[in-house]
Amino acid sequence: MKTNTNSYRSGPDENGHFGAYGGRYVAETLMPLILDVEKAWHAARDDDAFWKEFHALAADFIGRPSPLYYAKKTTEHLGGAKVYFKRDELNHTGAHKINHCLGQILVARRMGKTRIIAETGAGQHGVATATVCALFDLPCTVFMGAEDVERQKPNVFRMKLLGAEVIPVTSGSSTLKDAMNEALRYWVANVHDTYYLIGTVAGPHPYPEMVRDFQSVIGNELREQMRQKEGRLPDSLVACIGGGSNAMGLFHPFLDDSGVKMYGVEAGGHGVMTNKHAASLSGGKPGVLHGMKSYFLQNDDGQITEAHSISAGLDYPGIGPEHAWLYDEKRVEYVSVTDDEALEAFKLMAKLEGIIPALEPSHAFAHVIKTAPSLPKDHIMVMNLCGRGDKDIFTVAEKLNVTI
Amino acid sequence: MNRIDTCFSALKAAGKKALVTFTMAGDPDEKTSLEILHTLAQKADILEIGMPFTDPMADGPVIQAAGLRALAGGTTLKSTLFIVQQFRSKNKDTPIVLMGYFNPVLQYGVDKFINDCKELGVDGLIIVDIPPEEAGEIAPKAQQNNIAFIRLLTPTADQSRLDKILGVASGFLYYVSVAGITGTASADPKVVGAHIASIKKQTSLPVVAGFGIKTPQDAKAMAAVADGIVVGSALVQTIESAGEKHTLAKDLEEQAAALLEAIRA
Repeated sequence: MKTNTNSYRSGPDENGHFGAYGGRYVAETLMPLILDVEKAWHAARDDDAFWKEFHALAADFIGRPSPLYYAKKTTEHLGGAKVYFKRDELNHTGAHKINHCLGQILVARRMGKTRIIAETGAGQHGVATATVCALFDLPCTVFMGAEDVERQKPNVFRMKLLGAEVIPVTSGSSTLKDAMNEALRYWVANVHDTYYLIGTVAGPHPYPEMVRDFQSVIGNELREQMRQKEGRLPDSLVACIGGGSNAMGLFHPFLDDSGVKMYGVEAGGHGVMTNKHAASLSGGKPGVLHGMKSYFLQNDDGQITEAHSISAGLDYPGIGPEHAWLYDEKRVEYVSVTDDEALEAFKLMAKLEGIIPALEPSHAFAHVIKTAPSLPKDHIMVMNLCGRGDKDIFTVAEKLNVTI
Repeated sequence: MNRIDTCFSALKAAGKKALVTFTMAGDPDEKTSLEILHTLAQKADILEIGMPFTDPMADGPVIQAAGLRALAGGTTLKSTLFIVQQFRSKNKDTPIVLMGYFNPVLQYGVDKFINDCKELGVDGLIIVDIPPEEAGEIAPKAQQNNIAFIRLLTPTADQSRLDKILGVASGFLYYVSVAGITGTASADPKVVGAHIASIKKQTSLPVVAGFGIKTPQDAKAMAAVADGIVVGSALVQTIESAGEKHTLAKDLEEQAAALLEAIRA
C-alpha cells in the first residue's frame, strides 16, 4: 500500500492494488479503455461540481439519505444487542445498486460515451442501470446469462420497460460470470462509444475503488445518523457479500475506527463444505479473473467453478479485491450463512418487522439472529438492509412449496 | 537466441513471412490435438498452443468452444504440458508458444510452470490477461529462462502505450489487427499496414498480425504489411466441424498449405 500504512482506507495504490489483490489483469485490448476510465474517474472525484450533481440526484431521484431504523422488535425478540437497519431497500429501484449506477453514469457522460453496457445476474444491477440510462437518455444493453433470463423474467421485463436491450448469454455456463465475460468482449469491440457500467466492487482497477466510493454514501450517512441518534459510533456492522458492493460501502468509512467490528456474510448455499455455495473467501482461494486478483471458487487446475446461492445477487464465484485484502488483514471477519438459514431469516423479518427483505440481506440478518442474543444490551449493531424482497417472492414461494 | 529468434532470422534472410497457427491443447481430445500439431508443423513456422480456460475473455465463440471441449475431455495445464513434451520428443525445431490465461498458471505455480516450460522446450508465452502493469510475477522469470514473453499490441494503443509495451516485449509483437475478440471480422490491411510500419520504425522485433485472419486472401493481404500472420479460429473451426470424418489431418494440411502459399506467393 502506498502512503499511510496505519490506515485501512488509503488503498488502492496507483496500480490499483489492495495488498496482493486487485490490479488490472486484462487483455492489452482493454488497457487503453480502463486507463481512460481511471483518468475520467479521478478527474470527477476531484471535482466538487461532480459530487454536487451526484448528491442532488441521490437526494431527489434515489431518495437518500436512506433512514437508519431502530429495529425495536428485532432487538426485543433477540434479547441482546441493540439492532439498527440501514434501510437502503427503500431506495428507488429497491436496492443499493442504484448508488453506483448513478455515479458511474455521470462518469460515462463526462467521458462523452453514448452507449452503456452492463452485466447482471438476478437483474437488480441491470434494472438499476436501465433506470439511470432512461434518466439520461442513453441506450443500454444488458448482458444476462440465458439461464438467469429464464429464472428472472420479472426483472427482464422491467429492464425492457425501461428501454434496455437484454442480451441472453449462452457462452460458458450461461450465468453471471459468463455475462461479465460477454460484456467485456463486447466492450473491447466497441471502445469508441461504449462505457461498461460494472455492478459491484470487482473488475479491473479503477472499478473496485470507484464503486466503493459511490457506495460509501451508505457508511458516511450512517456515521452522521449514528451521531444524531446515539451520539457515538456503532459497535458492529453486518452486511452480506456477493461481489461485495453494499458491504464495502457500509464498512469503508469505519475501517480506521478500531472499535467498530465488521462482519461480511457470504452465501454458504448448501454449506461451504459442499460444492454448492458462493463463499469465495471461506471456500475459494486466490486467483485471477475478470481483471482482478482476488479469491475465487475454482478447481485445482485453476478452472473457475460455478457458484450456488438461493440468492441470485450473491451467486458469483469471486469477490471484490478489497475484501480479499481485508480478509487477509483480518480487519473484517467473514462468515457464511446457508440457504436455509437465510430463508428462515427472511420469514422472521417479514413477520417481526413488517419488512420483506431481499434474500441477500436475509443472509446478513441470519448472522444478526445468530450473534445478537449473546451480546450486551448496550452493543449497537447495524445491519445493511441493502435490498427489498419483492423480486424474491417467486423463489421463496417455490422453496416453501407454495404456488402463486 | 531461442527457436523463435532463429526462425525469424531465417525467414528474414530468405525474404519470407511467418505462418503462425493456433490450436487448442486437448481439442477435440489430447491424442488428436498432438497429431494436429505434427500435421500443422509441416507447414507452420511457429505453433501457438492454447491452454484451455473456463473464462477466456479475449476469445470469440469458436475458441471459447474449443477450450470447453478440451476441458470437458479432462485437459488440464499438466496434460497440456505433456502434449508439448510428446510433440518435442519428435520435433526439435518448430518454435512453440503457449497462449492462455493467468489463473491456471498461478494455480500450477509460476516457478514450476516456467521451469517445466524451459525443460520441455517451450519458446514463448502469451498470457492474455497479464498486461505489462501486472507482469512482474511472471515475465522476468520467463525471460531469464530464455522464454519470450510475447506482448499484444492494439490499434487503440497511443504512443505512450506503445513505448511501454516495446520496453518489455520479447520474441515478437502480436499485433491485434481488429479491436475486439478472436475470430471476428477481417481488418483493413491498409490501416493495419500504416500502424505496423510506424511500429517497425521503433523496434527490431518482428511484428505478427492476428485476430480476424481467416482466408488465404486475408493472410496474403496481412502478410504484405507484417512479418507474419496468426490463424486460429479458422483452423479451430475445421477441427470443430470434423466430427466423425477421418479427413481432419488432410483438411488441416490443405488449409495450412493454402495459407502458406498465399503468404509466400
